[in-house]
Amino acid sequence: MTVNGWIQILVFLALVVAMTRPLGGFMTRVFTGERTLLSPILGPVERALYRLAGVDDRTEQHWVTYAVSMLLFSAAGMLLLYALQRLQAVLPLNPQDMAAVPADLAFNTAASFTTNTNWQNYGGETTMGHLVQMAGLTFHNYVSAATGIALAVALVRGFARSSARTVGNFWVDLTRATLYVLLPLCIVCALFLVWQGVPQTLAGAVDATTLEGAKQTISLGPVASQEAIKMLGTNGGGFFNANSAHPFENPNALTNLVEMLCIFALGAGLTNLFGRMVGDERQGWAILAAMGLLFVAGVAVAYWAEAQGNPAFAAFGIDGSAGNMEGKETRFGIAATALFATVTTAASCGAVNAMHDSFMPLGGMVPMINMMLGEIIVGGVGAGLYGMLLFAIVALFVAGLMVGRTPEYLGKKLEAKEVKMTMLAILCLPLMMLGFTAVAVVLDTGTASMANAGPHGFSEALYAYVSGAANNGSAFGGLTGNTPWYNVTLAVAMLVGRFLVIVPMMAIAGSLASKARAPVSAGTFPTHDGLFVGLLVGVILIVGGLTFFPALALGPVVEHLAMTAGTLF
Amino acid sequence: MHAKSKRSGRSSASTLLDPAILVPAIGGSIAKLSPRQMIRNPVMFCVEVVAALTTLLVLRDAVTGAGVSGFAVQIVVWLWFTLIFANFAEAVAEGRGKAQAASLRKTRTETSAKKLENGTVRMVPATDLKPGDLVLVEAGDIIPSDGEVVEGVASVNEAAITGESAPVIRESGGDRSAVTGGTQVLSDQIKVRITAAPGSTFLDRMISLVEGAQRQKTPNEIALNILLAGLTIVFVIAVATIPSFAAYAGGSVGVLVLVALFVTLIPTTIGALLSAIGIAGMDRLVRFNVLAMSGRAVEAAGDVDTLLLDKTGTITLGNRQAAEFLPVAGVGEEELADAAQLASLADETPEGRSIVVLAKEEYGIRARRMEEMHASFVPFTAQTRISGIDTDGTVIRKGAVDAVLAHAGGSQRVAVAGGRGVTTLHPAAGPAEREILAIAERVAKAGGTPLAVARDGRLLGIIHLKDIVKGGIRERFAALRQMGIRTVMITGDNPMTAAAIAAEAGVDDFLAQATPEAKLQLIRDEQAKGKLVAMCGDGTNDAPALAQADVGVAMNTGTVAAREAGNMVDLDSDPTKLIEIVEIGKQLLMTRGALTTFSIANDVAKYFAIIPAMFLAFYPQLQALNVMGLHSPESAILSAIIFNALIIVALIPLALRGVRYRAVGAASLLRRNLLIYGLGGLVVPFAGIKAIDLIVTAAGLV
Repeated sequence: MTVNGWIQILVFLALVVAMTRPLGGFMTRVFTGERTLLSPILGPVERALYRLAGVDDRTEQHWVTYAVSMLLFSAAGMLLLYALQRLQAVLPLNPQDMAAVPADLAFNTAASFTTNTNWQNYGGETTMGHLVQMAGLTFHNYVSAATGIALAVALVRGFARSSARTVGNFWVDLTRATLYVLLPLCIVCALFLVWQGVPQTLAGAVDATTLEGAKQTISLGPVASQEAIKMLGTNGGGFFNANSAHPFENPNALTNLVEMLCIFALGAGLTNLFGRMVGDERQGWAILAAMGLLFVAGVAVAYWAEAQGNPAFAAFGIDGSAGNMEGKETRFGIAATALFATVTTAASCGAVNAMHDSFMPLGGMVPMINMMLGEIIVGGVGAGLYGMLLFAIVALFVAGLMVGRTPEYLGKKLEAKEVKMTMLAILCLPLMMLGFTAVAVVLDTGTASMANAGPHGFSEALYAYVSGAANNGSAFGGLTGNTPWYNVTLAVAMLVGRFLVIVPMMAIAGSLASKARAPVSAGTFPTHDGLFVGLLVGVILIVGGLTFFPALALGPVVEHLAMTAGTLF
Repeated sequence: MHAKSKRSGRSSASTLLDPAILVPAIGGSIAKLSPRQMIRNPVMFCVEVVAALTTLLVLRDAVTGAGVSGFAVQIVVWLWFTLIFANFAEAVAEGRGKAQAASLRKTRTETSAKKLENGTVRMVPATDLKPGDLVLVEAGDIIPSDGEVVEGVASVNEAAITGESAPVIRESGGDRSAVTGGTQVLSDQIKVRITAAPGSTFLDRMISLVEGAQRQKTPNEIALNILLAGLTIVFVIAVATIPSFAAYAGGSVGVLVLVALFVTLIPTTIGALLSAIGIAGMDRLVRFNVLAMSGRAVEAAGDVDTLLLDKTGTITLGNRQAAEFLPVAGVGEEELADAAQLASLADETPEGRSIVVLAKEEYGIRARRMEEMHASFVPFTAQTRISGIDTDGTVIRKGAVDAVLAHAGGSQRVAVAGGRGVTTLHPAAGPAEREILAIAERVAKAGGTPLAVARDGRLLGIIHLKDIVKGGIRERFAALRQMGIRTVMITGDNPMTAAAIAAEAGVDDFLAQATPEAKLQLIRDEQAKGKLVAMCGDGTNDAPALAQADVGVAMNTGTVAAREAGNMVDLDSDPTKLIEIVEIGKQLLMTRGALTTFSIANDVAKYFAIIPAMFLAFYPQLQALNVMGLHSPESAILSAIIFNALIIVALIPLALRGVRYRAVGAASLLRRNLLIYGLGGLVVPFAGIKAIDLIVTAAGLV
């Protein structure tokens, strides 16, 4: 570890904190329907969209209507993406004449992009034509992210409102999230990337003759625009198979920093929106602080593990002081790579600027833990906040009684219904992650896809399901995911990990909104101070993390211990 | 408070070791193994299922001759111990109530009733009485069932339910009309209209309450059970996937080891103690002579945001005392004191006695010999509102200011207008009248009650009767404020008087000239703000407010309507106890939270004990996770499961006694409890499991 490396990490953290308030303030105004700087330009567009869709933006929805709207919208989008892939050979805008995508892969991809996972069992530049990339994938990059933001705002309204029947209007929230938040930020971000050398063209590919005289096909396309939403919407599906390790997606250290900031920007801003909407910004900072604590711990372990390098090299007389550079880009180095890996898995982005498979065992364990916890460390846009708030409900339910009152959060009593729904939401992650891994590692079709034996192969399969169910989409690498087994099971994991969390979460939003808000008194559990942050982190690690202790022990932990003893897999 | 010392004189620790409770509890904990009872507790039911399965497995191995290791037998035995310990906790908690129920049952002897039918008395068994029946109860009779006195007045011994042997007065009309079945009339006779159906009398309900027979899970308990069940399912997933992971690694994990891991991970500690905590909380109230009609009410007590407290009896002593003599111009203080004392000589009320005492202490006026004065006394009546003395042609009167004014100047010169106590003078009133009124107003502003004194139609001045705020009550209100609870004083006094007393007592707010409607409205307003309200009351007109309040404590001396409307009954009829009831509610919730936190925090150490042991056979590297340095895989697993069982027993006293509550505010309470039960929960099992491992190894158990 170097001072330079730590400075990079600290600069990143400082910039995230600096962005939180302005973005939170802006989003609060957007979602409470106040005028913003962009209203004069976007207001007419917004109203035209409502007229076109026949949406009355002043009518609010009950949580059930809200959830059903969201489900129908997602189902329609998923169907559209599936159809686009299956029919791309006969549809226009396919200059490279890509063939129809096979059914299982198309299902996996449709589920993946609808759920904001962006797990890619295909090579982007060799499978998807421009129409699928733009109308299918990029469309979902926007709306799946906007859906996440809308849902988080609905839950926040549940906390903020008192004795209310409605939690907002899904169509309005979706439109505003896309129009006011995602689009403008993406345009700025894409222009920045183009300036830094990222391609933005509708041309197919360029053939080049190399110095050796060989012919090389260099893929091009509308990369910058997709890159921007890939980061800001925590989607992570790269234009290229190599994702953000590819020089056309992430050309230099500056774009690397900006891309990481984009991943955290909206998630961090939403914590501030939460604080503002419940009338106490400190509540938002407390949530962000809990996220920050877990994040710094993760970065520290990942950076430390990667900076150590592999002790086995010493036996060959190789200087290991540079750390583990396998699978990393020299233009980023160890610190920026460890940071990127932690950021992308803490949020549910899944973009990678290095191959996580090549990390040291403990370095690779950090992304896994981040996802196992449910990606609540800043998290996917929206998803991170509502995931964290679910854990806050558990934490307050476990420990809230210790102040001698029945548990409450922000003046809302937490009762049987909230606890039931929270447990349902929390249960589906370990079920998908551990359940599918348990089956995959004993099936021939499951183990055949692994590139490595022993605990490392185990980690590959585990990582895939963890990434899928958590809607992250990053891959450990090494695992051949494009098989009928993995295509289908991962799609199921992604769908369950998204929607079976969302529906109970919406039920909580509705239930909380309908409750009266008890006033704060000296007898109220304080949820804005360090004690609460510590408690929340503790509960997340014990309730969310310990479930995975056996699996982690059999994967990265044993691999690490074996490595220090000289055994590699 | 005296009631507390009376019933809970025995400390809880000594009760815990009482063989009369412990011995039946051991039997009870075995009987409770019945699956039909266990299913009420999802966590422990899971333990029972796996315990039964492993028992079958071990038996199968024994029968088929596959060989049974001592380790396997020990695991199975400890699984059953875990269950029995859990049941034991509940049985001990119930045992304390059962002992009390038994003594109550003794009082519910078969009584017969003198039923009144068309003016004639017919003897019928008490159990035949229906609501609406009229019965006659005479001196020496046991009151056959709950009812309301419709005629007569009698002194009643209610020791059977309150434990208080001093008799109380029960009379028709007013707020002292309720009588309870099982209590005994000592003097006089009363006619009682029965209000309770057979089997649902107060005594019946009390017995079933203290026995816990009809114990319903409270809302928070239900929610907590859902959380615990959810966590159990999470750990089912975590444990059930292990065999497959192990198979991939080329090893295998025995069923017994999996079961051991599962049972230690699921929150058995809180699962085992949850119902004991609830029963003990109710029991604490009962020993405090308060009957909660539901566990829900006890929980609500912990959540209370606003306490409505009646001024008289709660904040101030029931009786006012004379504080000073305020003569009008031209009258000496001594002259006024002398007249006041004379007027009060025959006044046996505490107020009257305090006037005599004040005159003696301040002015050295001794009581005089009555017979020399040929005095005749005029007693106080509700109509005249004055009392006094006539001696040798001298007429002295004292009483309510307007009444004395009327007496002194003739009613034509005084008009009483508007609300209570607001006196306006006739234009023709003289200077003495004006001065009296000015003094009276000054006294009222200071929170006192003015009594006017007149001799032979001449106004002498005012006696300042003062409400005496109870000692230490200010500190208690400060403590309540620390807990985040707002106190509102309810009084029939005018706003001026109320404000003065409120300031002196340190309450946060007051409701003056309170009518039952105003009280009800206040409760509704507070509730609309999301607050929970507690109050106590005894009169029939309190009933709507008692029903509306989240915690309504009815006085046992109160009317039947009040007792029906409240969700708690205070047998001692001491309104001050509302404060302790809140504390008991908080203590119950805190104990539940502390043990839940402790139970969940324990899991960390258990993972570190069992996971390395479980996988050591095929991944010897995992020995590095054996941070406790446990002797062998078997000893590690056995130690974890023994710790898991013993910690239940170790925590029974805490569950029954409750975590100590201190009025220091939520933040510092939380800091303290998180340190003890959160951090303690993390650390204690590391030490405990290590210690047990040393013993297990030394004893050669594995």
